[in-house]
Amino acid sequence: MLSLIASTINILAAAVTEGEGLKAIGAGLGYGLAAIGPGVGIGIVVGAAIDAMTRQPESAGTARTTMFLGIAFTEALALIGFVVFILLLP
Amino acid sequence: MSSERSAFEGAPEREVASDLFRRGVMISPILLLLCLIFWGVNGLACGAIALGIVLANFLAGAWVIEWAVRISPQLLLGAVLGGFVIRMGVITGVVLPIRNSTWFNIAPFAAVLIFLHLGLLIWEMRYVSATLSYPGLKPRIKRQKKKKSIG
Repeated sequence: MLSLIASTINILAAAVTEGEGLKAIGAGLGYGLAAIGPGVGIGIVVGAAIDAMTRQPESAGTARTTMFLGIAFTEALALIGFVVFILLLP
Repeated sequence: MSSERSAFEGAPEREVASDLFRRGVMISPILLLLCLIFWGVNGLACGAIALGIVLANFLAGAWVIEWAVRISPQLLLGAVLGGFVIRMGVITGVVLPIRNSTWFNIAPFAAVLIFLHLGLLIWEMRYVSATLSYPGLKPRIKRQKKKKSIG
């Protein structure tokens, strides 16, 4: 177990000193950060839509339509983050 | 109970997604032609992959919402967030293995992915907002009125 941890640390250290590893860490960190915003946004959109649907069930169709469009717009941010991730990867 | 049941009947998101898919297919020849002109056959392939990702993403997103709402509105939030994570994972899984290929070009891929996604949404939003503002102008309602008047 200790040898596995030591070898992992060695691999990471080698990757960081070579510079390629830093790029990979930056790309992964960037994609992760870019996905946090859409995650929060989707949570807000869906939460508000559920609230609207339960308060006014007769307007659920409208709420679901706008919710779907809101989710899709929010996802665009994650897709942009994904493209940046692909660009940054070594 | 009946109002609650009627509230979650139908699938408006499927209609929106099928509209987005239809429009995406309609403009795909132009996009692919542009990719072919600017980046060659490799660009065409990358553009086609991005096109497939965008259209499949819309359909998968609508399917997840439709499936979750049918079961329970309480499931919706978890299903949508889980679906988002899974879809991003699938997109990453599709692109990562091919990104180092000699034929893969990020420029047409990124251009089609971002501009098609946003463009289709803006295009669809115009129709949806018009339908919400002027429900009387919705084509389906017109057809139903015509049928009633004939009947």
